Amino acid sequence: MKAWLVHHLHSLKTAAEQFRATPLATLFTVLVIGVAVALPTGLFVLLDNLDRAAGGVKPQAELTLFLKTGISESQGRDLAAKLAKSADVAAVRFISRTEGIGKLEAAGLADITAGLPDNPLPHTLVIKPREETPAALEALGARLKALPEADRVLLDTDWVKRLTALMGLGRDMVYMLAAMLGLALAAITANTIRLQIYAQRDEIEVARLIGATDRFIRRPFLYFGGIQGLVGGLAGWGLVMGGLQLIEGSVTQVASAYGVRFTLSALGPLELLAVLGLSTALGWLGAFFAVGQTLRKVETF
Amino acid sequence: MIEISDVTKRYPGGHEALSSLSLNIEQGELVFLTGHSGAGKSTLLKLIAAIERPTAGHVIVRGQNVGRLKRAALPFFRRNIGLIFQDHKLLYDRTVFDNVLLPLHIQGLTGVDAAKRVRAALDKVGLLKKEKARPITLSGGEQQRLCIARAIVSRPALVLADEPTANLDDAYARDIMDMFRAFNEVGVTLVISTHDHELIRRYGGRNVQLAYGKLVA
Repeated sequence: MKAWLVHHLHSLKTAAEQFRATPLATLFTVLVIGVAVALPTGLFVLLDNLDRAAGGVKPQAELTLFLKTGISESQGRDLAAKLAKSADVAAVRFISRTEGIGKLEAAGLADITAGLPDNPLPHTLVIKPREETPAALEALGARLKALPEADRVLLDTDWVKRLTALMGLGRDMVYMLAAMLGLALAAITANTIRLQIYAQRDEIEVARLIGATDRFIRRPFLYFGGIQGLVGGLAGWGLVMGGLQLIEGSVTQVASAYGVRFTLSALGPLELLAVLGLSTALGWLGAFFAVGQTLRKVETF
Repeated sequence: MIEISDVTKRYPGGHEALSSLSLNIEQGELVFLTGHSGAGKSTLLKLIAAIERPTAGHVIVRGQNVGRLKRAALPFFRRNIGLIFQDHKLLYDRTVFDNVLLPLHIQGLTGVDAAKRVRAALDKVGLLKKEKARPITLSGGEQQRLCIARAIVSRPALVLADEPTANLDDAYARDIMDMFRAFNEVGVTLVISTHDHELIRRYGGRNVQLAYGKLVA
């Protein structure tokens, strides 16, 4: 157990020495990995912020049900009470015709209402659905429209739909970018490791001749790949943070032009952990493939 | 200790380095392999150390059939053999001490115990004072002695040496032979290839002579 631990520590030390031996090359590799990590991560952070921003501005999804002109106020109120009990409805507000015209007048349209011979508005129900997904809104709208008291249903789901679709597209792009650049990360690591193995051919040969197992030979390279991935991931995180810092000012300006206060949020600790874990794992994986493939080539027996 | 029966080694391209060679080496023997260059001395040593596999025949070392050794068993087999190379195969990016530590490290031995054994081995070859030096700063004879220290540090029962004195002047060569004899006296089996007949005459031991891949004497 102790020997095993010492062994791993030694592998770790060997890997760290490798970094020290070639600082410039390592720096460049780490930067490249950093950019590969920063691109999908940055896009993810932007989308996350956009989602939050849209959530703040998004009006409550509401359906407006205009009742037929023959329906009396008490019938309208009964319907409102009945609808309020349905499972898919969160709240119902009844707006009578007189209330409606009052609202118009209050909104500064008194000139127009004064010219009307009598109140043209129907009684109206404003319905807040329990679920705000476009599909749920659509279904509720269809149900309301089928009511005998209903004249017209107003339902504005288009922009909700568009936003959801755009967000979905963005998320897919994050996944695609992450997959592609993850592959690139593994490939970069594999290449670095391959060069290292060729540079250390003599050492590997000697170690083999005096009884080193494959694992013994492989381990420092795997550690190197993992550490490089981890440091690259940290660099990527740094790049994202720096980028956020850069656009923070203009975001605040845009937000204040819309009359809202909005601060950019960075990666959460769990998300950061996931990014670092993934970049470490990919580095390790790249090293694993490179070592397996290259060690067979420098085989002596 | 070593049973070689009817062994042929043919390299890709058709060159036959060894032809139907049979040889037994007992435990504790001191054996010199002699012969012209290309006679098959190095090939024979490589077969015993499982660096090459025989094309035909059996090589059995300490009861293990070398030709049939699994890849995974190979490292553990080699740990029982001390190898000394003509070109030393030292690692120039680390100190003398670390070069000798490597076999112990590979076997999972570390710390104070390992350091003690490294120093004991360095003491035997007279390099104790140079443990912090880099191998590149050592003379040819010292490099060869370092290679010997690395070969014996894990106390193998069998030591194979391929032309250990080839590039050394006479005084250094005698030094090294004295060391080999001392190991042999404590029971280590030694197989040494050389073309220095004077050396054999002086040190005795068994002489196995090869010519064109065949046993002559």
